[in-house]
Amino acid sequence: MTATASDLPAPDSVDLAALARETGVPEVLDELERDLVGLAPVKARIRDIAALLLVDRGRRLLGLPAEPPSLHMCFTGNPGTGKTTVAMRMAQILHRLGYVRRGHLVAVTRDDLVGQYIGHTAPKTREVLKKAMGGVLFIDEAYYLYRPENERDYGQEAIEILLQVMENQRDDLVVILAGYKDRMETFFRSNPGMASRIAHHIDFPDYSPDELHAIAGLMLARMGYRLAPDAEAVLRDYIARRVVQPHFANARSIRNALDRARLRQATRLVAATGSVVGRDELATLAAADLRQSRVFND
Amino acid sequence: MRITQGTFSFLPDLTDAEIGAQIGYALARGWAVSVEHTDDPHPRNAYWEMWGMPMFDLKDAAGAMMEVKACRQAFPAHYVKVNAFDATQGWETTRLSFIVHRPAAEPGFRVVRQEGPGRAVRYTIESYAVDRPEGSRY
Repeated sequence: MTATASDLPAPDSVDLAALARETGVPEVLDELERDLVGLAPVKARIRDIAALLLVDRGRRLLGLPAEPPSLHMCFTGNPGTGKTTVAMRMAQILHRLGYVRRGHLVAVTRDDLVGQYIGHTAPKTREVLKKAMGGVLFIDEAYYLYRPENERDYGQEAIEILLQVMENQRDDLVVILAGYKDRMETFFRSNPGMASRIAHHIDFPDYSPDELHAIAGLMLARMGYRLAPDAEAVLRDYIARRVVQPHFANARSIRNALDRARLRQATRLVAATGSVVGRDELATLAAADLRQSRVFND
Repeated sequence: MRITQGTFSFLPDLTDAEIGAQIGYALARGWAVSVEHTDDPHPRNAYWEMWGMPMFDLKDAAGAMMEVKACRQAFPAHYVKVNAFDATQGWETTRLSFIVHRPAAEPGFRVVRQEGPGRAVRYTIESYAVDRPEGSRY
């Protein structure tokens, strides 16, 4: 008879810190801390989940029962608060911790799940689920799946298939639903089965003006631009004005503002005829590039 | 009579974990996996019924295993096989094909003799499974 791992006596203690280093989770968490500005409640919850999975791993090493936890999540928050970005990171973290096997993210919306005629929905939903297996399925604006005004809507069918897989194949797939807070709450009220299968409800708060400023800095650094010294104050002013205007979409609005500033910079450089531009000029956004925004038109 | 067709057919039947590992190997090579079934495993029956579309863009074997299990459940008395199709090189071919489910009792084949000109006899085989009338086969 050959000895197998289960025949050996389980050890009495386990070094959680060493286990954490082995999985490389601390690096991912540090990266998260560095790359994502603000979002304190989100980061705290991700740390909790990472710790739980680590402890589970330790328990398994010691021969204690470790039922894999249910990790389906719901991200609520206003547009541009980083739901998709965090979902992508979540897939990486869960992969490092050995909770999902591949760590890829499949992002879908209602159109990818719900068919247009009878019998079309089930194969469509199943195909998406199959592609997401071993990774994370991210359903953006999930509340569109349920349309109470139309009782023959096929969305309900997609929800049922989704629920079945979420329940039966928990170790194959993590589902993350995302959407605006109030509409997700309505969605869960009308789909109690879905609400009870989602363990983690994470709310993404809006960014403060200071956080938005820091985000702008990160985005510029990533694009290889910098602000002229006098443009910093203009950006601060821009953010203060933009936040109170309608259709403000947090980090997304900032990204758009920077993209438009790049357009104006390009126009300015090209219009300055006959000049030879240096590295500095190409990489610097001047105060005027921001100042021309319609936000300052009052 | 035990059918020996495709890869692994002289081995004992693969377990689900082993089937999953083979599918995982195929997916890691970039091959698309498909599931097919038939009641008539005649060696020249190249076209088995397709169970759904071939599965492109899978990352993990769990998705394909879901279809294998669904097909077994729907056709417990049929043969089910998994094909791995390689389109990565520009030419397209089946790289791997193996049986993942057999009926509890495999009906096997009989020899059919046909009288030819000049007392010549032509032999062929025919599956007992095709004896049943059409309505009870599918």
